[in-house]
Amino acid sequence: MLKDEDRIFTNIYGMDDRTLAGARRRGHWDGTADIIKKGREWIVDEMKASGLRGRGGAGFPTGLKWSFMPKESDGRPHYLVVNADESEPGTCKDREIMRHDPHTLIEGCLIASFAMGAHAAYIYIRGEYIREREALQAAIDEAYDAGLLGKNAAGSGWDFELFLHHGAGAYICGEETALIESLEGKKGMPRMKPPFPAGAGLYGCPTTVNNVESIAVAPTILRRGASWFSGFGRQNNAGTKLFAISGHVNNPCVVEEAMSISFEELIEKHCGGIRGGWDNLLAVIPGGSSVPCVRGELMKDAVMDFDYLRGELGSGLGTAAVIVMDKSTDIVKAIWRLSKFYKHESCGQCTPCREGTGWMMRVMDRLVRGEAEIEEIDMLFDVTKQVEGHTICALGDAAAWPIQGLIKNFRGEIEDRIKAQKAGRISSVAAE
Amino acid sequence: MSARQATPSTDDITTIIAPLTDLEGPLLPMLHALQDQYGLIPDTAVPVLAETLNIGRAEVHGVISFYHDFRTNPVGRHVIKICRSEACQAVDGGALGKRVLDLLGLDWGGTTANGAVTVEPVYCLGMCACAPALMVDKTVHGRVDEAKIETILQEVGA
Repeated sequence: MLKDEDRIFTNIYGMDDRTLAGARRRGHWDGTADIIKKGREWIVDEMKASGLRGRGGAGFPTGLKWSFMPKESDGRPHYLVVNADESEPGTCKDREIMRHDPHTLIEGCLIASFAMGAHAAYIYIRGEYIREREALQAAIDEAYDAGLLGKNAAGSGWDFELFLHHGAGAYICGEETALIESLEGKKGMPRMKPPFPAGAGLYGCPTTVNNVESIAVAPTILRRGASWFSGFGRQNNAGTKLFAISGHVNNPCVVEEAMSISFEELIEKHCGGIRGGWDNLLAVIPGGSSVPCVRGELMKDAVMDFDYLRGELGSGLGTAAVIVMDKSTDIVKAIWRLSKFYKHESCGQCTPCREGTGWMMRVMDRLVRGEAEIEEIDMLFDVTKQVEGHTICALGDAAAWPIQGLIKNFRGEIEDRIKAQKAGRISSVAAE
Repeated sequence: MSARQATPSTDDITTIIAPLTDLEGPLLPMLHALQDQYGLIPDTAVPVLAETLNIGRAEVHGVISFYHDFRTNPVGRHVIKICRSEACQAVDGGALGKRVLDLLGLDWGGTTANGAVTVEPVYCLGMCACAPALMVDKTVHGRVDEAKIETILQEVGA
């Protein structure tokens, strides 16, 4: 279990003072100017060495992403954009950072912007986060008053402006290019890549988009050293991570833990066990709604990191939003509801996604009731394969994966339902 | 959502959006400001915004209709958004939604006859660890049960 002194977010539950004074007492904003004086290259190299992988879901190495920004400006300004459009069902980690420990994020913005040569950064916060916006704006104002932002920010000699931008309730704006479009005041429709944002992003200028947590952990990594951070977790899955566990556990919570912790330890130590015991565990969605679900019995020994969940279980760590479902869950209906969500949130730009999400939802709707043919399960699987990878952004993939996970793991459940419907009985089991 | 006017004049709208014109990417902040004032985006605002920002009216309409938070139809004095996502469903959020709708005699998106409350579905408020969750205007409530619902509905005057 992660020791308290190794936690980066020391006020994630809001028990302590969330003002600047409180943040300083907990060790934030300590020697920020000295870190910046070590130079851009040192910061980027240190971030690379720490092995931090992006916390927004895709797990792309953060240091590497920062290094893609042009070293010298060609006259265009550089921008850092922080993705605080946390809308993935199940995910509730960034909210806690912005509400209770906002100064980790603000300090991170300054350091990251310096490392990328950006004099301005935008935080794009989702429309539903109203108290979070107030807390974060209050913290930003406080930082301005204390001279930590603005001209010669924190005495580092770097001029830096930080803006908070409020979204308006569109899930797709969490996709980086859609977020950039939305910041520009347009419909949040993803852009084709390339050009990548590091070449032409916000207002056509070099831009890096990072998740809140990736930015918020950066100052502590630089203060304590890359080797400290990379000491947690397995090779290539370094660091500490906020896990958000919801659903059928006795004590749902958001908790910072070392990467590669076992699922069993995570649940037993922090969540008071599965409701009704481990035998009652049906399925787990380990990384927010867009990763495939995993059967409960496979999850018990699972290691919670990017490579294990992808390689061994065909799922993913995503945002580490763990949704636990026990045997009282109607798993087919649960996945149907996710299909409905993705259909609702598809921006309509690419045909496979616009038409496919609706198509998949309608077939799922019939599967829930069992009013389908057995062959349709394969047909549905085939359709998900045709949506996946054929769209501009990852929403098509995100809509396809939960259904693929369902078919791979719970095919029997769907078939039983179809057979029962055909036989005119409530359950095929009950007739035995 | 205070002063409600069915059709604000061009001047009213210009007054609201004028301070925001020097922002970069000003359309969303402008729409937020209008909605704060009128509780919805008035139809008369579309040509004014298009003119001010030098974009097409279709473009403005597209942005308004793209984002769920912007409305063009009037809603009740309070808006209750109930989370319909997995984590909330897992702890009986479905029954919670149904209970609220039954108590008010509404369907999703409906407004009570006295104009006090509109009930809308929302996908994930990011309160998954405190499910089931709902949001009343700008305040989120976690671990909502029967008793809490009744208190909330009483407070909003449903």
